[in-house]
Amino acid sequence: MTDSKYFTTTKKGEIFELKSELNNDKKEKKREAVKKVIASMTVGKDVSALFPDVVNCMQTDNLELKKLVYLYLMNYAKSQPDMAIMAVNTFVKDCEDPNPLIRALAVRTMGCIRVDKITEYLCEPLRKCLKDEDPYVRKTAAVCVAKLYDINAQLVEDQGFLDQLKDLLSDSNPMVVANAVAALSEINEASTSGSPLVEMNSQTINKLLTALNECTEWGQIFILDSLANYSPKDDREAQSICERITPRLAHANAAVVLSAVKVLMKLMEMLPADSDFVTTLTKKLAPPLVTLLSSEPEVQYVALRNINLIVQKRPDILKHEMKVFFVKYNDPIYVKLEKLDIMIRLASQANIAQVLSELKEYATEVDVDFVRKAVRAIGRCAIKVEQSAERCVSTLLDLIQTKVNYVVQEAIVVIKDIFRKYPNKYESIISTLCENLDTLDEPEARASMIWIIGEYAERIDNADELLESFLEGFHDENTQVQLQLLTAIVKLFLKRPTDTQELVQQVLSLATQDSDNPDLRDRGFIYWRLLSTDPAAAKEVVLAEKPLISEETDLLEPTLLDELICHISSLASVYHKPPNAFVEGRGAGVRKMLPARAGSQETVLETATGVSDQPAVIPAQDSLIGDLLSMDISAPTVPVPAATSVFSPPPVDLLGGGLDSLLGGDVAASGAGGAAPVSQSTTGLLGDIFGFSATPTSYSPPKSNWLPAEKGKGLDVWGTFSRRSGQIQMDFTFTNKAMQAMAGFAIQLNKNSFGLTPNSALQVMTPLLPSMSHECSLPLATTGAIQRMEPLNNLQVAIKNNIDVFYFACQVPMNVFFTEDGQMDKRVFLATWKDIPAQNEVQYTLANIQCSADAVVQKMQQNNVFTIAKRNVEGQDMLYQSLKLTNGIWVLNELKIQPGNPNITLSLKSRALDVAPGVFQSYDAILHV
Amino acid sequence: MIGGLFVYNHKGEVLISRVYRDDIGRNAVDAFRVNVIHARQQVRSPVTNIARTSFFHIKRANIWLAAVTKQNVNAAMVFEFLLKIIDVMQSYFGKISEENIKNNFVLIYELLDEILDFGYPQNSDTGVLKTFITQQGIKSQTKEEQAQITSQVTGQIGWRREGIKYRRNELFLDVLEYVNLLMSPQGQVLSAHVAGKVVMKSYLSGMPECKFGINDKIVMEAKGKGLSGGSDDPARSGKPVVVIDDCQFHQCVKLSKFETEHSISFIPPDGEFELMRYRTTKDISLPFRVIPLVREVGRTKMEVKVVLKSNFKPSLLGQKIEVKIPTPLNTSGVQLICLKGKAKYKASENAIVWKIKRMAGMKETQLSAEIELLETDTKKKWTRPPISMNFEVPFAPSGFKVRYLKVFEPKLNYSDHDVIKWVRYIGRSGLYETRC
Repeated sequence: MTDSKYFTTTKKGEIFELKSELNNDKKEKKREAVKKVIASMTVGKDVSALFPDVVNCMQTDNLELKKLVYLYLMNYAKSQPDMAIMAVNTFVKDCEDPNPLIRALAVRTMGCIRVDKITEYLCEPLRKCLKDEDPYVRKTAAVCVAKLYDINAQLVEDQGFLDQLKDLLSDSNPMVVANAVAALSEINEASTSGSPLVEMNSQTINKLLTALNECTEWGQIFILDSLANYSPKDDREAQSICERITPRLAHANAAVVLSAVKVLMKLMEMLPADSDFVTTLTKKLAPPLVTLLSSEPEVQYVALRNINLIVQKRPDILKHEMKVFFVKYNDPIYVKLEKLDIMIRLASQANIAQVLSELKEYATEVDVDFVRKAVRAIGRCAIKVEQSAERCVSTLLDLIQTKVNYVVQEAIVVIKDIFRKYPNKYESIISTLCENLDTLDEPEARASMIWIIGEYAERIDNADELLESFLEGFHDENTQVQLQLLTAIVKLFLKRPTDTQELVQQVLSLATQDSDNPDLRDRGFIYWRLLSTDPAAAKEVVLAEKPLISEETDLLEPTLLDELICHISSLASVYHKPPNAFVEGRGAGVRKMLPARAGSQETVLETATGVSDQPAVIPAQDSLIGDLLSMDISAPTVPVPAATSVFSPPPVDLLGGGLDSLLGGDVAASGAGGAAPVSQSTTGLLGDIFGFSATPTSYSPPKSNWLPAEKGKGLDVWGTFSRRSGQIQMDFTFTNKAMQAMAGFAIQLNKNSFGLTPNSALQVMTPLLPSMSHECSLPLATTGAIQRMEPLNNLQVAIKNNIDVFYFACQVPMNVFFTEDGQMDKRVFLATWKDIPAQNEVQYTLANIQCSADAVVQKMQQNNVFTIAKRNVEGQDMLYQSLKLTNGIWVLNELKIQPGNPNITLSLKSRALDVAPGVFQSYDAILHV
Repeated sequence: MIGGLFVYNHKGEVLISRVYRDDIGRNAVDAFRVNVIHARQQVRSPVTNIARTSFFHIKRANIWLAAVTKQNVNAAMVFEFLLKIIDVMQSYFGKISEENIKNNFVLIYELLDEILDFGYPQNSDTGVLKTFITQQGIKSQTKEEQAQITSQVTGQIGWRREGIKYRRNELFLDVLEYVNLLMSPQGQVLSAHVAGKVVMKSYLSGMPECKFGINDKIVMEAKGKGLSGGSDDPARSGKPVVVIDDCQFHQCVKLSKFETEHSISFIPPDGEFELMRYRTTKDISLPFRVIPLVREVGRTKMEVKVVLKSNFKPSLLGQKIEVKIPTPLNTSGVQLICLKGKAKYKASENAIVWKIKRMAGMKETQLSAEIELLETDTKKKWTRPPISMNFEVPFAPSGFKVRYLKVFEPKLNYSDHDVIKWVRYIGRSGLYETRC
């Protein structure tokens, strides 16, 4: 009998026929019919109409039939919740069955049916099953708790299932322990509060380590993965965990090995780097990692992506294992590309000869991507290992001689980098490169070639002709090529001014008059003005010494690398992206970090608490205690110094801000020397362009994530506040993590304590394409409607784009409200200090401040906190400071600084004490910079 | 965790679809078909992310097996699990094919329900699964039998059931080694390693404890020190030792004991299983050497000469020898002369396949070929893939030796001497390539 026939029934009236068969009295017929239903379900036909008939078959003593019916139920119960209730009785009955296999089957299936009514009935049987005498039932029940949590988290917490689950961690059966750990880990990561619901302690860890030796390969993975989330209390504990985990490296399952590697890599961070233990551990890690390369290609791929991370974090581990990463002819392309990446990272003086001959071999293969990468790798070797540069260059020349188009182009791109690294060393090959000028059709290769010509214009006799030939099709070129051509011709002109004047005129007019590209136009204008006002300065700018290029490329950013090390073996490590980049919602979990080395435990605590100040989605806030303004009126007795324009809008520096972000990086890179020749009137502006403003910079907290992408339907917003030249600015970074372009951005601020309101429209460069980021600043005024918020500096923001409107709340650092005219007259200060009653004084300790009194004065001054007087009393420095908020509230402070004591006592007096916490926060933040 | 599992045929039709998590919808089935199976380009990665959903796939014959998830799962585990499923299916119904899968779809659903719960892999040992997933409907199991099944599925020794009895206690050890080689045309070894495994077939009664000894360098040296001065000091008496780079064991081996005492002890599963896997890179005796000579005579002709040398004891015989010499795509005809065996040009494989049934050690033979080429205008150079070869030899190229396998069964009255033991060494080619 073959079952494949069930896949081929395509008759009309099939459902009707099945219905009658399902109701047939003969068991055999019934079974056949259910099989047909499942087959139809598999291929995607809707057989939900048969629900009552299938459920009728549920009560049977045939286990196979029962399983099929359950399978059907899991698929369709959600669409037929009322009918599903018919099944409850059988489930409850099955949970009492004497056969443990049936008990487990019932509780397993019941957890998969996401219908509220069924869930209600699940609690009692589940409670019993968690205490069942049979381990098979218990291990199934453990997973069922995780299922239930996914459906109704509150219910699990209310019913005390978490405690029962925790008890299972001490179960005598290793598999029950493993499943309980898996369930707990999932619940912890999904917990909405962000903090784990069940904390691990060293006792439970001990139990897990014992179970580790005895459970299945999968159970070992669950346990190891949850161990990776545990932070041992000291390095002794860390070392003992390492010792007990190391034997797992010899396991046949690659996932067990990789998970063990993850725990070891993480715990090694806590141990002193030079200890013998770490050294031997490092040695032990290499062989298992190498062995992973003889597994199936898919597993190899995961292993290689992880090895790429491990090599970046601890280059020592695999430094002698270059050979195993040599590419095999039959490797799948994804394995080949990854191996190549690692080969470049491991290349060193010791093995370069071997690596080069391999790379040369690869450069003759068939797959275009692979060949390109191999050619690029040769260039990287030249840059990384100076001794090999010459051989690399000659290898590249050989490859250019092959005339294979994409090989030549790739070679020219890397040769440009080699010229950057070793200036004036290999210019003899330029003539060979020039021969291939006509074959270059990719922008990057063309741009590289043009760069080379411009850079060595004085040694290439016909440089002007070559560049001129590119100029003919100027407007058809890619921007990258156009920019490069513009710069190269200006270089040529500066080097050989006599005969190239016409050419430079031509390119400048092409760039400035006939181009629509603002980048190109701006660069053209800058060059033009430089050349016309001060050629000497132009020379300094354009022919400036170039910064060194780094030896390593494509290195991951260290914080990301550390995070990914905590995710070894997981998808994050395969994508080389943090989980929140590809996981939606709460599943992404809390950001993981490597533990700090022993002796600096505080930082661990800090990072742990740092999580909590993530902005929350706006709650329905009705906590309106009182209007800040009305409260303000009751305290107007502060003698206000003459002529303070509290509500006059601060000067707006739109252009400065705009240019700042537009030109910032690009121009600054070409050297600050260009600022000199420009006329006086624009220095202010240029100052902004080059990034140093006339006033010392005030403190602005680092950007925090205001709107995570999963809440913003792909829009990710990071931001902070700052005060620049008397203007409060809201600085944003918008990132589009959705699949479609975004446009039509607008912003609105809710009424708030300080009347913050946008001073102009939100200027976001649109459309914001997928995976693009845009930074912008929004000037704010304090003239808006006022409503007291809790906490005082809370600000509720709505951002609109073409997709939706998003709401979030953020906290405005108080210091942006400190106005420039906050300096009080000395006598007024004294009088006011006395005038404010003692109950309006609050004390606060600024802990761990590492700067002297003078530094404090200076730092606070930059943030518009003015020191009125300084006294020295019994060896202590006393500072008296005043500040004024945008709404006219004065705050007076007294700081007590003891030499040698990192803690500063701050006494604050103000008529409106509500601002005190905010002011303290600001002090803390500013002085800890 | 794993959100769902799909099996497709080569056309992209779904054969099996099992969803474990609520976040995976029916559209995921189609997303994979459209973006991977029907993708225009060749797949560049076994992991694909489509609209925040990750797909892991492996392909066997014409069958695609895909796991799907929306979470940050353990990727290595997912692939290991997919491979395990293939394993389990093979041991239940043989070859993975569309026909077999359709014929056994009910069984497959039952298996998937058992070995994956809410996306968490459960006990997937075939031996254990076969005790209670039988497709025989319900057997009238006694309460004891049921308890035995469950304790086995979850138990500490999940791979062996109690109460096994044999009249004759017997065990077979196969040391199976795959030699991997990459050699330059000049005969320089670019990389070589041996991937070995020890496969054990045990027919032993009760719960026997086994202890396995090999000529591992570390063990032998430690032993040598202990017996310093002793006459049978193996390290000094010149007995060969093998330097094992890394080894892995079946889950029955007590890893912590290996770590501390370097002894391999275990209670074996009943029947056949893979006891250990190991890797060596030092002192490998390469059984064959291929010396290629390629000469391009003008644009339409090529001459190839390949010398094959066997490099082992003359008393031993190498078997199933096959040398595959790639030819250019524009080959129009090949003339072949070989001194031993049979050689044929196979146009479908673009290669000359040279087969030799048997060859003794320390012999040499050769093949010469004249390849005629069609004139083509494609500039693309032929990239000369390496010459690969297959063979089987009756010894372990790494020098791996089994020193002893002792069996203790304290409860039953048979001793180590009563067990009949067989050991066999086989060396096979892995990727054995010589560039030309």
